[in-house]
Amino acid sequence: MNRLSFHCRHRFPGGFALEAALETSAQVTALFGPSGSGKTSVLYMIAGLLRPQWGVIRLGEQVWLDSNKDFHLKAEQRHVGFVFQDHLLFPHLSVQRNLMYGRRRRHGRSVAIEPSRVIEVLELGDLLARYPRNLSGGEKQRVALGRSLLSGPELLLMDEPLAALDQGLKDRIITYLERVVAEWHLPTIYVSHSAAEVRRLADRVIVLDQGHVTQSGPTDEALLENHSPR
Amino acid sequence: MWSLSSEEWLALRLSFQVGLGAVLVSLPAAVLVAYVLARWQSRSKWLLEVLVNLPLVLPPVVTGYLLLVCFAPSGPLGHALETWLGLRIVLTWWGAAVAAAVVSFPLMVRAIRLAFQAVDPRLEMAARSLGAGRLDAFWTVTLPLARRGVLAGCVLAFARSLGEFGATIMVAGNIVGETQTIPLAIFSNWGALGEVWRLATISVALAAAALLASEWLERRQTSRESA
Repeated sequence: MNRLSFHCRHRFPGGFALEAALETSAQVTALFGPSGSGKTSVLYMIAGLLRPQWGVIRLGEQVWLDSNKDFHLKAEQRHVGFVFQDHLLFPHLSVQRNLMYGRRRRHGRSVAIEPSRVIEVLELGDLLARYPRNLSGGEKQRVALGRSLLSGPELLLMDEPLAALDQGLKDRIITYLERVVAEWHLPTIYVSHSAAEVRRLADRVIVLDQGHVTQSGPTDEALLENHSPR
Repeated sequence: MWSLSSEEWLALRLSFQVGLGAVLVSLPAAVLVAYVLARWQSRSKWLLEVLVNLPLVLPPVVTGYLLLVCFAPSGPLGHALETWLGLRIVLTWWGAAVAAAVVSFPLMVRAIRLAFQAVDPRLEMAARSLGAGRLDAFWTVTLPLARRGVLAGCVLAFARSLGEFGATIMVAGNIVGETQTIPLAIFSNWGALGEVWRLATISVALAAAALLASEWLERRQTSRESA
């Protein structure tokens, strides 16, 4: 598994300061902490969607960011799959075209993830001709997951993908997430503030609080010492 | 009473030609400026804002005079256009189109900007995380989602162009069949009440139709977004 190493500093206009250093080569790493602790910002920085004032980010041998050398690899060149909290499907495109959006732009990628297999694993077959506005919350999130997988990512980033769903749906979608992990073995960073989700999915937990890493270790140990905010 | 004279037909046809020309001339710049105003977070944004909206509050005659200075054969832009493209602006229908484009520019920018602001900027982020460059994301996500607003801006600018008078008469003059649009024809036929009424009625009908169309388009944009 490629090792992700991240060390960034950023002061936001509101005054919030983030300085976090983390390393992981686990299959699923959870970024855990209360709202406003900087979890999502870390994810955006890894994806290249937010450029920190100072930082170094590497995945395996690849350098994605090195501000000492004024180097910043663009988001579209990082081969990261991003699943947003509120799916962010393109409303003017059918499910089929949403799914293929990234694949059409990343053909020739080494990671071979077949559309037919994604459609099978995430059970999207009946949805292909529909538009996002005609999908339920759970269906939207499954399509968003499929869309990011089909862009051939080397790293999967998930920003509280279950937070907008009700409890029954959470349980169903988490099963799909487990299937994705088992099927493609993509290194995954999973942002959450739910201890239950983290316990079920993650091998390793990094705890963030007020912009700093306060703890890091195997899931059971880290969760035991940290009192879950929810 | 309601049959148009050949001169009136000419004015009507020319008004459409000038309006379409004005929309085509200003559309690319308006899309660019509207996008910058919708997305750019900068302290110097107010300067662009002022520049864009200037034609809205300047006396059209002043706008026309400034355009005349720029586009006169001896002026900086006029000289370049004539040498490189053989295009003469002053006292041609192109002049009327340029004048109309500048005067209607703020209205077009406003409509398109509202449409861009209604598109979640994170959709572009999603596109970029899927391998699309900035321009690609703009073409395939933001612009298609804002298309109704862009169209509304075009309709609005077209309607404003039909009514352009002050800047037009400065840059393009008032030549029958060449630069005499509906408002200029009304001005020239002052005294012939029948003609003036016919042209005025046409103007009101066209303007009302354009406003209704752009209003309808903007409403559809908003209701779609919330879906």
